[in-house]
Amino acid sequence: MCSRFPIELLLAGALLTGCYRGPPPAMPSEQSDRQGAIESALSPGSDHSLVANDPRAAAYYDNAEAVNTGRMLFNGFNCSGCHSNGGGGMGPDLMDDEWIYGGRLEQIHQTIVEGRPNGMPAWGGRIPDQQIWQIAAYVRSMSLPQTLAAQNGPTPSQRPAPVPAAADQHNGWSPPPQTTNDYTTTTKGAD
Amino acid sequence: MSVPLRYMLLGLLPFAAAGQTVPAPVPDNEVFKREEIGHALAAPTPGAGHTAPSAANAPQDDGQWTMPSKNYASTRFSALTEITPANAHSLQPLFSFSLGVNKGQEAAPIVADNTLYVVTAYPNIVYALDLTKEGAPLKWKFAPKPAPASQGVACCDVVNRGGTVDAGKYIFTTLDGQVIAIDVKTGKAVWRTQLGNINIGETMTMAPTVAEGKVYVGNSGGELGVRGWVIALDEGSGKLLWRAYGTGPDADVLIGPQFKPFYSSDQGKDLGVTSWPAQAWRIGGGGMWGWITYDAELGMLYHGTANPGPWNADQRPGDNKWTSGMFARDPKTGQPHWFYGMSPHDEHDYDGINEQILLDMPFDGKLRKVLIHLDRNGYVYVIDRTSGQVLSADPYGPVNSSKGVDLQTGRPILNPEKQTKLGQTVRNICPTASGAKDWNPSSFSPQTGLLYIPHENMCMDWMSMQVSYIEGTPYVGADVHMKPGPGGHRGELTAWDPVARKPVWVVKENFPIWSGTVVTAGDLVFYGSMDGWFKAVNAKTGELAWRYKVDSGIISQPVSYRGPDGHQYIAVLSGVGGWSGAVVSGPVDPRDGSAALGMVNVMSDLPKYTTAGGTLYVFSLPH
Repeated sequence: MCSRFPIELLLAGALLTGCYRGPPPAMPSEQSDRQGAIESALSPGSDHSLVANDPRAAAYYDNAEAVNTGRMLFNGFNCSGCHSNGGGGMGPDLMDDEWIYGGRLEQIHQTIVEGRPNGMPAWGGRIPDQQIWQIAAYVRSMSLPQTLAAQNGPTPSQRPAPVPAAADQHNGWSPPPQTTNDYTTTTKGAD
Repeated sequence: MSVPLRYMLLGLLPFAAAGQTVPAPVPDNEVFKREEIGHALAAPTPGAGHTAPSAANAPQDDGQWTMPSKNYASTRFSALTEITPANAHSLQPLFSFSLGVNKGQEAAPIVADNTLYVVTAYPNIVYALDLTKEGAPLKWKFAPKPAPASQGVACCDVVNRGGTVDAGKYIFTTLDGQVIAIDVKTGKAVWRTQLGNINIGETMTMAPTVAEGKVYVGNSGGELGVRGWVIALDEGSGKLLWRAYGTGPDADVLIGPQFKPFYSSDQGKDLGVTSWPAQAWRIGGGGMWGWITYDAELGMLYHGTANPGPWNADQRPGDNKWTSGMFARDPKTGQPHWFYGMSPHDEHDYDGINEQILLDMPFDGKLRKVLIHLDRNGYVYVIDRTSGQVLSADPYGPVNSSKGVDLQTGRPILNPEKQTKLGQTVRNICPTASGAKDWNPSSFSPQTGLLYIPHENMCMDWMSMQVSYIEGTPYVGADVHMKPGPGGHRGELTAWDPVARKPVWVVKENFPIWSGTVVTAGDLVFYGSMDGWFKAVNAKTGELAWRYKVDSGIISQPVSYRGPDGHQYIAVLSGVGGWSGAVVSGPVDPRDGSAALGMVNVMSDLPKYTTAGGTLYVFSLPH
């Protein structure tokens, strides 16, 4: 039998890092044994998207700690395996200004929570919500002019700038069709 | 006239902001010379016989092209002679057909009974075109509708390497792990068998091999911690006959009493378990997404195994059997006769899944039944296919990750300077992760005695990182940045003499060659470039005979067939993509050199040369 680590156990450890100020938070790879398999049963997400303001997002704007912690979590949860350092690969790039499911911080958070139908797994309930917000803040930071300007060499997003609240006060992208403005309701897209 | 400094700076700024230019090539003196590291058990004896496939594996050419490899010998040699270096300049497109899918098209067009079949990249649509009518109208279209989420677990674009026609069926795989047989007359599915599970990262991209009533396929997913397998299905019903895993206990690998590997390090019980840390074989890769070769003469099945997972080799001490090697199996039972490990404990993503070409070749004074394998690790292996013994191994691309192959043990002689390390960037490793050559197959002409190898000239920087296994997500653990090999050109077409163990001529290409080659009895070699040129070169000299610019880069497998009117035709798919072309066809930003597993670092200029596409082109002489 494979030595599997229940994801809850792993996340309990990760939860402690939420308000973390000090050495880097423990990554999943450091918590499981070297062959540890996480019983996650990830499944692809739904195809709806929401466009609204979520008051929970406010705490993650102008927050340097959020983007820095988010960067470590982004690598630790294998987000980088698909999205690289923002340039994409198996999953879409995140460092340009094109957003399939919306590019505001709360929309990114929602995409991570729910997953998306072309292969993005649903991480809600698998990563503590606060950490999902931190990952979302880092992803939102990747395309900021300040973060792009800080790229030195071939690897972007290594010095993520905090996300200014002003960055999300415009609608620089178009929500996809059949999306709703109501954050609390989820609407299934066309089958 | 001098330009004011501020304008010069302004001119430079877009590049600086892009943050990504093609890196400088690896210096010439970083790689070994062929003479330094090439080895053979005996000196060449070209007088001992003519190199050619057997009649059982390469029957007389009927002008069709029913399987991607052309024949079981996998020569991709067309006996048609109408098109020659002298008249190739007048080749012209006869018709084209949009595939309706702008992703990497890696398939070979298939021609049987005057019908041309083609399968696209995801969503894996199959088209059948009637070659007897002007303009080759559509006979039928089959849309298998694979699960969209399969796109998110495909490591390197959403490609498909083609289908095969046999016994009235067109048989192919889908990205979400199905094998489907379509009735060629009706265009309806005869059977569809679900084999892969995308929720654990399994996809299917390979072209099935069909022989003696069986269909042979394998899984992709070595970058997502899958456990590799090869499966035989009944051709009539699609029912599973046997499954051989690439890792784990002997029973799962189907190792039985007839298993007689040539080298001692492959002998022992349950090495697929004991050559791994506890339980790591369960998520250790070793799949099969390239070429399975059936040997009609000896009644054997040969297939390589893909890379071990994760890429970070520090997480899996041991030989990691049976990954990055090659099996010879009994096609009826799946039980192996022998195994040879090209890259035990692979540290560089050197999958063993490239093609096998089956030939009778003079060696040490007599004709031997050999298998020629152009491995990702940079060596042309000539292997006695009756025993699994390596007769010679010579580098055909830039190599410094090893210092040759030890022909006593069969193992590569590792270069400690290029071994990968946790948390440390090792620079200028050659060949790169995608290999001196990737999946795209070579051809062999019995007329010239040469192999036509389409390949890469690329190297890389590599840093290993600890990675967690999370089901259905990448399990890689490496930060890779690729770069051009010595000379700066990224691709080569090499005409290789397997008897003399050296190249006869080399054509350099700016981009890596990601298409296959086909060679004809008219002494032409056809291949495509990633910037969209379809080319014919003289098989004897490499001299360019003709070229035509298509709508998008070419990474597919060209074929040559005789049409209903008796004339020779050349068919090829355009549509750039794949691992190397994902920077054009995929959702990839060229500013991130680590994107697409480090490939973008060396391909960031491709979007300046070509755009995504997907079109079937058919060429002929005017008549």
